[in-house]
Amino acid sequence: MDYEKLKEKLEILADAAKYDVSCSSSGGNRKNKNKGLGDSSASGICHTYTEDGRCVSLLKILLTNFCIYDCAYCVTRKSNDIKRAAFTVDEVVDLTINFYRRNYIEGLFLSSGIFKNADYTMERLVRVAKKLRLEHNFNGYIHLKSIPGASDELMREAGLYADRLSMNLEIPTESGLKLLAPDKDHQQMIKPMGFVKNELIQYKEESKKYKHVPKFAPAGQSTQVIVGATQENDYQIIQVADHFYNNFNLKRVYYSGYVPISNDTRLPAIGAQVPVVRENRLYQADWLMRFYGFKANEILEKNNPFLDLEVDPKMGWALRNITQFPVIIQNAPLEMILRVPGIGVKSAHKIVHARRFQNLTLEHLKKIGVAINRARYFISVSGDNTHLKFLNALNLKQIILTDIKSKFEKPFDNQTSLLNDVTFLR
Amino acid sequence: MTLLSYDSTFEGFLTVVFEIFEFKYQQPKIIRSNDAQQNLFAEPIEIITDDEKADRVLKKLKGQLEADGIRVLIYAFLSENEGIEDILFDVIQYAIANPAKNILKDFSNDAVLQITQLTKSVGREKHRMEAFIRFELLKDGIYFAKIDPDFDVLTLIIRHFKNRYQDQKWLIYDLRRKYGVYYDLKNIEIITMDLDIKSLGDNKNQVFSDIEIEYQKLWAEYFDHTNIKERKNKKLHLQHVPKRYWKYLTEKKSF
Repeated sequence: MDYEKLKEKLEILADAAKYDVSCSSSGGNRKNKNKGLGDSSASGICHTYTEDGRCVSLLKILLTNFCIYDCAYCVTRKSNDIKRAAFTVDEVVDLTINFYRRNYIEGLFLSSGIFKNADYTMERLVRVAKKLRLEHNFNGYIHLKSIPGASDELMREAGLYADRLSMNLEIPTESGLKLLAPDKDHQQMIKPMGFVKNELIQYKEESKKYKHVPKFAPAGQSTQVIVGATQENDYQIIQVADHFYNNFNLKRVYYSGYVPISNDTRLPAIGAQVPVVRENRLYQADWLMRFYGFKANEILEKNNPFLDLEVDPKMGWALRNITQFPVIIQNAPLEMILRVPGIGVKSAHKIVHARRFQNLTLEHLKKIGVAINRARYFISVSGDNTHLKFLNALNLKQIILTDIKSKFEKPFDNQTSLLNDVTFLR
Repeated sequence: MTLLSYDSTFEGFLTVVFEIFEFKYQQPKIIRSNDAQQNLFAEPIEIITDDEKADRVLKKLKGQLEADGIRVLIYAFLSENEGIEDILFDVIQYAIANPAKNILKDFSNDAVLQITQLTKSVGREKHRMEAFIRFELLKDGIYFAKIDPDFDVLTLIIRHFKNRYQDQKWLIYDLRRKYGVYYDLKNIEIITMDLDIKSLGDNKNQVFSDIEIEYQKLWAEYFDHTNIKERKNKKLHLQHVPKRYWKYLTEKKSF
């Protein structure tokens, strides 16, 4: 094998794939069979982290960055003057296997620019997965990109070999998409997604009836939306996410703060800050919907369509719904405990267990792992809680902000001043 | 106070627990027999490990604390923390005194909370080993990895790697505790040896397979190019990959 050439391709095609933020390897349930290679870890494993702090779990590459589309937000757009390259099927298989054997990765995340047409591209992606599964008895994780407009037959085959399929909406609103990617429309993305959803439901039904139904994308499907490339607001994004969670049984929606890569005047200029705080708030909102029992319309309202960048969305909800507090830790239902700012899912469950043994104090909660500096304004516990008296204060938010800040912001520490920088926030 | 020494195995510890109840030792303090400093001050009673006694304790505890409870005890034990035996004994005593309850859920009890936290730390180290171990292919076809974990987690990660790598020979070696786990395509074997790591480094070309360095370079290259420079966040990076783990990581080597 010509390693120099391979290295050059890897540089180009990893560079092109990195803006897809998904790198999760969780949810797979493939077991090693017949003394083969690989075994899925249900919770996924991050084998390393890039210097931007993102998890590296999969070998995330494009099969090729040749593309017939000219989407303004995309680095591989046809009109962009960049080096192009293409892997052969065997090269991708070889890299995956050899990286996997050394415990660098959980598996492969294969995407592609679209060459010739949708089916031609999808067929190549499927061929890689098929070869790994059938010829190399590879049981690691495979995430394939669904190509917009791919046929049902190919999507079915993809589902047989892949653990996860994903289709990136990229631009959450149809009008934004029209502006930046005139050749694309949401319909051609939604069709394969709908097909995969139906197959997943059918698989579930059949596996109830029969013993050996071939697996179909056991880790489900996901999507990604770019944040901050067009003028959409957080309310629209959350509504889109909620719609896809409910109607397409998505496992995950990823939010990718737009990294400026183009001088196109329709987009934020090169050098503009990546909206990382906003992205983070969106993920928090997403978590509230998936793990904390919040409804989309509780998180944001139409006439107040942006998430508060100063406080997390759960705190935001609490501040708007003061009458729901204080929550009495000793006997409140789990659902209410989950709504207290500063209490996570694990702590909430621990509280429910521990309170059977005795009356819990702030000190207990602290040891359990609750973020007391946020929670104490909203809870009633055994023993003293002097901060509860601020609950009905008009400036509660300011009080809490000062409290949180004083913990993170030490004087003369210029690291954290980033959060006060207005350009950094949005 | 009664000083009791044992051979630092989990079975040994359980034997000690058995004997404390059997002989009603008052105010027991459990130490490892190789812990010379503790031995200076008093003559400990040496407890000889007895698998049968250990089994009886284990069975009793399993009935009450369930399989996951036993896991918690073992993980906390493997933390090798100083005084962990006494804390574990406190927990066991608390369990025996409350036979109707699963006291490991009592997170307001100090000893329970302490072992819960240790278990979490050990679990995290186990997970980090599963993530950060890097195998290097030797000339003789064995995938070799060296580790130096904060806690003695090597035995805990066997199952993970055995499930995963069934068609390649592999060896994971703990540099600090001087033992390793070897899979020969059929069986798992615990091996003790004093590996001279320095000589391994000196004779790189003779030890490693010819293609090994190629894939290491490819991986390092991939690592660089999957990073988004505009989003650089060194603090977060270090939080996820603390510097003490860098020595394992191929992508952190300079070629």
